[in-house]
Amino acid sequence: MPKPLDDSITDVVAAKKLAAGFGDKTVWGSADFSIARGEFIGLLGSNGAGKTTLFRLILGLARPSHGTLKVFGSDAERGNSRIGYVPQRRIVDGESKIQSVEYVRLAIAGNRWGFSLASQVRRERQAALDVLATVDATSLAYRPLRELSGGELQRVFLAQALVGKPELLLLDEPLANLDIRRGTQLIRLIHTVAKSQNIAVLLIAHDINPLLPVVDRIIYIANGKVASGKPEQIVTSQQLSELYGAPIEVLHDSKGRIAVLGVEEAVHHDA
Amino acid sequence: MMLKYAATLSDTGFHWNLWADFQNMWQYAFMQHAFEAGTIVAIVAGVVGYFVVMRRLSFAAHALSHVGFAGAAGAVLIGVNPVFGLLVFTSGGGLAMAALGRRANTQDVQIGTVLAFMLGLGVLFINLYKGYATEAYSLLFGEILGISIGDVFITLVAGVLIIATVALLYRRLVFTSLDEDVAEAKGISVLGVGICFMLLIAVATSIAVQVVGVLLIFALMVTPAAIAGRLASRPAQGIAISVGIALAATWFGLFTSYYLPYPVSFFITTSVFILYLAVRLLQARSA
Repeated sequence: MPKPLDDSITDVVAAKKLAAGFGDKTVWGSADFSIARGEFIGLLGSNGAGKTTLFRLILGLARPSHGTLKVFGSDAERGNSRIGYVPQRRIVDGESKIQSVEYVRLAIAGNRWGFSLASQVRRERQAALDVLATVDATSLAYRPLRELSGGELQRVFLAQALVGKPELLLLDEPLANLDIRRGTQLIRLIHTVAKSQNIAVLLIAHDINPLLPVVDRIIYIANGKVASGKPEQIVTSQQLSELYGAPIEVLHDSKGRIAVLGVEEAVHHDA
Repeated sequence: MMLKYAATLSDTGFHWNLWADFQNMWQYAFMQHAFEAGTIVAIVAGVVGYFVVMRRLSFAAHALSHVGFAGAAGAVLIGVNPVFGLLVFTSGGGLAMAALGRRANTQDVQIGTVLAFMLGLGVLFINLYKGYATEAYSLLFGEILGISIGDVFITLVAGVLIIATVALLYRRLVFTSLDEDVAEAKGISVLGVGICFMLLIAVATSIAVQVVGVLLIFALMVTPAAIAGRLASRPAQGIAISVGIALAATWFGLFTSYYLPYPVSFFITTSVFILYLAVRLLQARSA
């Protein structure tokens, strides 16, 4: 893989006039943003706005329809070992008893040809246990995935994504199916791990509130447009109304929590 | 039908001296061939079946065997070894299903429609072939006691090919089976692995038809693997359990049907079904 000229000044991700779409249908366009090393970024927007599409572009699973996207200074390509990815998983096989540690092990040697010999299996399992320990999931290692709670599952998936010391984590709705308390705990864990290893995080979420204590910036996708900046710059009535092209109201309560009103009407209006 | 021979040839009955009973049975070449082919098929079905269950493709595998029926019947009609008709049709069907990609395990209506059409086509071919109804019977329910040394050889070649391919693809097969999205992001061609695997099912089905027939392929390809899936905590262990059960059921079926005047496939399907029930009941109790 081509190395960037200087690791310290190159952005992890840089998008210029970037557009995404399928065929001649554009999902969103003219996106200009960058992600620096170790930055924690929340990726927000309504359903179907194209948040996961941005992940697919960064992972090299889809090509930009316009503009340029640089990942670690070069064009996005599949199988980039500097990226850790947690997709939004819906199904965990209800009958399978496969242990969590085996799922983490997949990321260690799963993309090689052939099979692991007994000695390699032992080494791979040890490496998987080491990664699980970094997310406080040692006790989950030998439990079947299907027995884990939503929060425990996300910790195992996070461990899997951390294999190979990535410099960028792409997390697709890790907070889905978690209550507020568990969601906050998970965000804190992701933040701690990312800061300690200087990993940039791009995290898709529905609700900005659990992210507020940790995010450096947010990227907001709505109505085919992409905006990025500090939460207080982006999540305002004026900015969001502009993005959606419809009146949106942003309310703040005494504890700093944010409520965004009018999004559903705006999206329906658009569709 | 060879099944009838089995009953008449066994001049000495069952004596509860298992070794002597086994020797008695082993003196016949057709029983030796049945054990040889049965053993190869059980190993292949156990291995491939475990991935079939992990990838939730059991209905697709079942449908493939029905597609194979049309091919086998067509081969009989034009006077070719049915296994070649099976190979051509199941491979074609497998490629079509691989093209459906991850939708193959959700498009049950489409697959079922093709399955029924293929069975109908097979019935037509059998009807056009003015030979014996036993041809249709043995394709549908297996005819392991009629296996020639040539069939054993074909089975061995196909079996070695399948196991070698699985060994080569093993880690990628496991990754794409358990965690398709991440495997894709890690640079694995999910479609490529999917096509290879569908072809593996196609070949495995083609040789397994001799033992259990197209209608009962589930018993060797899915049930042992489903039991293994409920017991194994890692994939390698699951494959070992799956193969062990398929082997035990096949050997038990052959041995029993030599002494009892009932079909081999009945004993195979019944033993794996009872085992499946037992595991479910035990797990329900302990849960």
